[in-house]
Amino acid sequence: MPQLNSIQEKVQLDVLKIESEYDIVRARQAVRFYAKEMNMGVVDQTRVTTAVSELFRNMFQYAGGGEIIIEKGDFQARAALVVTCIDHGPGIEDIEQAMRDGYTSGSGMGYGLPGSKRLVDDFFIESRVGEGTTVRIVKWV
Amino acid sequence: MKYDPDDLKVSKRIPIIKYGEFLIVSIQVDMHDRLAMELQTQILDEITKTNAKGVLIDISVLDTVDSYIGRMLYGMATMASILDAAVVIVGMQPAVAITLVELGLDMPGVLTALNIEQASRMLKRKIKNKK
Repeated sequence: MPQLNSIQEKVQLDVLKIESEYDIVRARQAVRFYAKEMNMGVVDQTRVTTAVSELFRNMFQYAGGGEIIIEKGDFQARAALVVTCIDHGPGIEDIEQAMRDGYTSGSGMGYGLPGSKRLVDDFFIESRVGEGTTVRIVKWV
Repeated sequence: MKYDPDDLKVSKRIPIIKYGEFLIVSIQVDMHDRLAMELQTQILDEITKTNAKGVLIDISVLDTVDSYIGRMLYGMATMASILDAAVVIVGMQPAVAITLVELGLDMPGVLTALNIEQASRMLKRKIKNKK
């Protein structure tokens, strides 16, 4: 099980809910807003916005929605934007399989998790069957 | 419920403009998934209705193209070619192109152009070669 590396000097920026597909758009726009506020470069803004868009859609499709916490803080001594997605859906039985490129259990194309991981600087996933899934991504500014 | 212009549920139809043998679509909103799918259907409907030979899709103001929208664009290009129309994606932002490649989404066979003029030249050449 990968270790959850801690974020120093954490400041909460926003808490959002995903309940519909419109919320996916709103929430990804919020993430871009905070990335911009932190003076992240345009390419990194796009990477992180796209990464969370995949995660938010997963939450909506597989868990019916969930909660998003947007924070800033220092990750490994560098300023970073941190987005945590918490759902209480069915959970992922085989995380290794779900993280494999091209794997999909639903209507998706299987880019969700592995694609999202490639676009960020740190990716942490924890899931319990029947309880839900938590994904935390970190993008350095 | 009160009217809220910022509410995404208020249907924002994306206009499809017919110009000669072409259809021109300029996507100016951050599309939610259903809107993306509706647009795909609308464009395919328009192709059959107008017998268009080419579709120019301007995405120059889109700052996020995730796997869903990417797949919609790719799917539409494939379906349009079955209907004998070529699709050109116009004006993709460099940051979006970088992100799509890193995400792992490639769109084999989809034509892209930097601007509308270039796209229209590409389509004209393509149509001429077919005749």
